[in-house]
Order: sequence, then C-alpha cells, then structure tokens
Amino acid sequence: MNRISISMLAACAALASIPAVAADADLQALREEIAQMKKSYEQRINALEQRLADTTRQAESATVTAGQAQAAAQANRPAATASAFNPEISLILSGMYNNTSQDPRQDPTAAAGRERRIQGLLPAGGELNPEARAWNLGESELAISANIDPHFRGTFLAAISPANEIGVEEAHIQTIGLGNGLGVKAGRFFSGVGYANEQHPHAWDFSNAALPYQAFFGPQLGYDGVQLKWVAPTDLFVELGAEFGRARGFPANDGGRNKNGLMSGSAFAHVGGDVGVANSWRAGASFFASKPRGRTYDDVDSTNTLVTNAFSGKSNTTVLDFVWKWAPEGNARDGGFKFQSEWFRRHESGNLTYDTTAASLGTATDAFRATQTGLYAQGIWQFMPHWRAGYRYDQLSAANLSVGLVDNGTLTAADLPILQSFKPRRHTAMVDYSPSEFSRIRFQVARDQSRSGVNDNQVWVHYIMSLGAHGAHKF
Amino acid sequence: MRKILMMLAALLALPAQAALNVLTTVPEWAALAQEIGGDKIRVASVTTALQDPHRIEARPSLIARARNADLIIATGAELEIGWLPVVQRESGNARIQSGQPGYFEAAAQARMLEIPAKLDRADGDVHAGGNPHINTDPRVYLKVGEALAARLAQLDPGNAAAYQAGYAAFAGRWRANLARWEKQAAALRGQPVVVQHKSFTYLLDWLGLKEVATLEPKPGVEASAAHLSHVLEQVRGQKPRWVIRAVWESSRATDWFAANSGTPAVVLPFTVGGNDAAKDLASLFDDTLARLLAAR
Repeated sequence: MNRISISMLAACAALASIPAVAADADLQALREEIAQMKKSYEQRINALEQRLADTTRQAESATVTAGQAQAAAQANRPAATASAFNPEISLILSGMYNNTSQDPRQDPTAAAGRERRIQGLLPAGGELNPEARAWNLGESELAISANIDPHFRGTFLAAISPANEIGVEEAHIQTIGLGNGLGVKAGRFFSGVGYANEQHPHAWDFSNAALPYQAFFGPQLGYDGVQLKWVAPTDLFVELGAEFGRARGFPANDGGRNKNGLMSGSAFAHVGGDVGVANSWRAGASFFASKPRGRTYDDVDSTNTLVTNAFSGKSNTTVLDFVWKWAPEGNARDGGFKFQSEWFRRHESGNLTYDTTAASLGTATDAFRATQTGLYAQGIWQFMPHWRAGYRYDQLSAANLSVGLVDNGTLTAADLPILQSFKPRRHTAMVDYSPSEFSRIRFQVARDQSRSGVNDNQVWVHYIMSLGAHGAHKF
Repeated sequence: MRKILMMLAALLALPAQAALNVLTTVPEWAALAQEIGGDKIRVASVTTALQDPHRIEARPSLIARARNADLIIATGAELEIGWLPVVQRESGNARIQSGQPGYFEAAAQARMLEIPAKLDRADGDVHAGGNPHINTDPRVYLKVGEALAARLAQLDPGNAAAYQAGYAAFAGRWRANLARWEKQAAALRGQPVVVQHKSFTYLLDWLGLKEVATLEPKPGVEASAAHLSHVLEQVRGQKPRWVIRAVWESSRATDWFAANSGTPAVVLPFTVGGNDAAKDLASLFDDTLARLLAAR
C-alpha cells in the first residue's frame, strides 16, 4: 500500500517536472492541483504509517499478555501423577429420629414378632421406614465411579446398613462411546422403569418411598443384568429402553433360580421437553414382567398358626409416570415447584400354595389371580433459597382377587388374612432446609393408614449429607 | 415401504449435512461461537442469562439437544459439574464426551484466578480449578475464540478458512473495543467495590477495581443479616463506590447493603441477554461499563 502511494507520488512529481507547454494560467492551475495531490498523499502516508505503528504495538502487547496467560494457564494444570486418576468418591451419611404412635416393628393385627406390612396384597417384604422408634442410623452409601477408558464408565455403590451389613446396591459398567443415542449398562443397577425407581434414597424428596413403590417393588426394582437405552434424534426428548436379567427382590424371586434365559424383563419409554423457559416436564410408561416361582410369605391362619404360603406364576407391573418442574425464569436457585406423580397396576396370575411346610391345616394349591393399582402424587415447593416444603398423597386400591383355595371351599378368607380387602392410604408432609448442596435436614410428619383399622402418626427428623465428589443428579 | 425408508434415511442424514450443530452451556460462548462461525454453524445456549449457571438441571430437553450436537462448549472449571456430566452420559452421543473433539472447555484457555490453596468444603462451594466466572473479563474472548476457531476448523475442515476469517474479523473488532473500553474505564482504576458473590473477579481484575468485601460469607452461602451488618461496619471507612451483583443472583443482600450504606447498587448483566441492552458480546461490555460509570 505504502509502496504504491510512493510510486504514484513519484509519477506525479515526474509529471510536475515536465516542461511547461500550456498557457501560464493553465500551468499555474496544474501546479496547484499537483501540489494539493502531493499534500493529500503525504497526509495519507503519514496516517497509514501511524496505523501500522499502532497495530504493531498492539499485536506486541497482545502477544505478551497471551504469553503471560499461557504461562499462568500452564501453571494451573495439576501435576500429572498416578493419583490424579483417582475416581470420584462420595459418601452419603444419613440418620434420623422417629416418633411413631404404633410399633413399627410389629404388626398389631397379627402374631407378635411379625414385621408390619401393608394390608390387602401379597407382602413385598421390603423395608418400610421407619425401621424402629427413636434413634435410627440410615444407610451409609459409598459411591465410587470413574470413566474406565474412552468406551466405558464404571460405577460402584455400596450401602452399609445400620445392622452392619454391606450390600452392593449398584455395580455396573456403561458405555459412553457408542454414539447414535445408544447406551448399554451391564451389572447391578436400578431399573429405569417409572420415575423415582432410579433415584437413590438420599435424592428422595421424602424420607421414605411412596406406598406403591413399597407395595409393588419393595421398594426399588433392581437388576443383575443388562439395560439398553436409545435416545431418538429428535428435538422432543424420546428415550426407549429395555432391560433383562435377574430382578432383585420383589415381585420377582429370581435370586435363587437356576435356569438359562433372560429371566425377568422390562421395557420403558420416556418423553420430555420444555414449555417456555420456566417449565420442563417428563412423562413415561413402563412395563415389568417376571415369573416368580415359590415366592413365599408368612401369614397367620384361622387356627392362629404361623404358616408359610407361596405364589408361583406370572407377575406383570405397568407404571405411568409424570413430572413437571417450574422455576421463575428457569432459575431454580431461589424458588420453584415440582409436581411428581406415578400410577401402578400389577396383575399376577398363577397358583397359590397354602402352608408349604404343612404346619397347620395341610398343604393345598389352587389358582390365584390378583389385580391391584396404586398411585401417589406429590408437590415440592421451594419457597425461599435453601427451604422447601412438600406434601405427598399415596394410595393403593383394594385388590381384585380370585383365590381358588377359598372359592372351592378348601380354606376360608380367615386363613389368608393378609389378603382381606383393604385400601391403604397415607398422607405425608415435610419441610427441609439445605444449608448447601451437600447437606439437608428434613422434618416430616405422616399419617399412615396402610394397615387395617390402625392409624399410625409418624414424625421424622432426618439428616442427609454427602461428602466427597460433587455428584450430578438426574432430572 | 421403500419410499418411507428412503424418506427416513433422508431425515436421519439431514443433520449431518446441515451446519455444524453447536450447543453451549452459557450464553456468552454461544455469542462468541456465532461471531466466529457465522452462518456455518447453528448455535444455541441451553441456559439463559437469568439462570444461575451452577444450578441447572439435566432436563430432558437438554439431553435431547445434546444427542444431536456436534460440539458442546462449556466453561469448565467445575461450573457445570452438577448437570453437564449427566447430560453427556444420557445423551448417548459419543462426539461430545469429555476428551473428544466435540467437547470444548473455555477455561482451559483462560488465566485462572482464585485457585484455592486448599480444598475444603468448609470454605463453601469452592472450585478446585479456580473461579469459573472467566466470562466477565473481555480479554478472555480473544484467547478462547482463537482456540474455538481452531476447534471448529478441526470438526468442519471444509469451512476452516471461514472460521479463521471469522475469528480474525472478530479479533480485529474486539481489540478496537478493548482499547476503547480501557480508555473509558481508566478513571475507575483502584476504586473500592463490594460484590455479592465472586462472580466478577475477572471483571474487577481487568478494570483494576479493588474488591473490599464479598457479601456472601463463603462462596454459594447466603449472607445472614448479622454477617451483612458486620461487612457494613468493616468497609464503612473504605467508602466503596458500588455494590454489584449479577442479574441471576438474589437481590436481597445487595439491596440491604445499598440501603444501609448508601452505596449505589449496580446490577450487571453478567452475560449476553442479562438485560435488554446486552444483546451481544460488545454491547454486554458497553452496558457493563455504562452502568459502572453512571453510578459513580
């Protein structure tokens, strides 16, 4: 640019030095014009030189700051030692004080020493918090997880019960590099059916699971098996999943089974999205199928004898779930509302065997069918930073039963008291305070009507705290 | 049947042929990517300027959008640690996993401040990598932009020249802006300021402002009335010129302090979209400076 201007100027100067041939006036005009051009070009050259100098200076200073930034950034990097590969470790501590108007360890309607259970259905046998009156230690959960390599991630979660038993809650690997929306999980994991099933107790909004979960999944459905998931390439969130394996606990009893094959299985579909910037939702439908064999439970028959009964057949559970979250401007820091509801329907058909050990009236088997539904709905309102209040309503329907042993006159309904028709209900309210993302203290009251003729008023004061790695929670 | 299959195949192939699909965790990186990528990319932020970037949920819509993304631009330095890992894992998208070219962390390019000497949660919500709010220093966009242009070129080699040219044009405009802003703000140098949260450490560092107090007793911990009174007593003698907070932070502490100390409260847009004036990166800093200068 500069060089061109200079050569142009040189040309102008050469032009100016050509001997005058035109008239003096013309010559004078031409000279003035050339002088003006010369002046204007000189100004432009000066301006360009100034700009060049400025740019160079700026570039130099930019390089210097960039160099400093680079040096500082390098200083930021942690030293590359073997311990830098430590997995993410976190520990959940939980404990509570309970006041209950009924003895939580004993079923007041039946024999002493028998655990309390929900009336009107084959018992799930899972934990029905609170475990005992007064001081209880919750489960301590130790979680270790990390990416194994670019293809897999591993997760291990052990729960140490207050009775000093260690249980492996989750121990699974999952793919991270498959792409195309596909994911595979294998090992021990919580099933993706429903909404709350995958959540760990520390992430629950109440201190115990909802009644349908306690009654139908006792209280969480787990697998030793494999899960396949696919996220559709659409703007609307669509996720399809299937699971196969040895279902852990109720309503399956795959634990001790010895056979080849898929055993239990489930399928689920979730859809979700946003409404504006402040609302988001997820809805789902799930199905779980299992074939329990010799699934036993205890009951007290009409002669007041403790007998063991068993169910064998097919058990299918359908779950519909819905969650809606609102926060002003989508900013959940200072306030928000969450609505969550799930509906369950279980259908079991097969054979019921009475008194498998022939301890009372003698072993007898006949057809058995039961259909039962349950639902819960809850709302959690964060009314100011760190404070939330919530209410939950749970209910189970009275079972639609067909018991062959009673219908054909072998037994009377009094021989199978747990199956006597009843509609369990429960109201729960809570307020919790979370000083930080890592600590929460909850006060919860409940009116539990899950046993015939008994109202149990329950009070919890519960702390849940986590230390270690900053775990990210699902929606 | 065959027609339907072909249509389906066309539908599935469509996103691959379209512009590079870029998803950012916060609005400022979307604005930067737009400056560099222009019409060669389709870019969106999954959060707005009015949302606390620490407290985003791994919403189903985020997972659906991450499923189709070619590139995720995050701040890093643990800012998104409570939600982004879940989104990455649940998306089933191999391209955007950490360590892949489709995952870009801005903080890797920044000069980090406030790197804690010890890591103890008793000190509040501390980030091991340093203060993650690097976006409040305009100088960072040159360095991040350069690396981002290179990353875009790596992911979309066909448009590499366009990304380099986009960055060069942006950098030219940005350097001129920086010179102008630094001249404007020269009078602010050394002025004492009270902040609500450590959101503006990098802005203060750039402008040479002196942070005399933070209203939060610990990062992420809400100030109590007693703590606020204590801070007020402490800084009264230093005559802070402003008490500032980001638009997504609760107004309570700042308003209390402003009312009781007579210090003007300034609500800064923090990022693109934080107020009506902050429409893009340049107007974000125009507005930030205008607000500080106006409240003197």
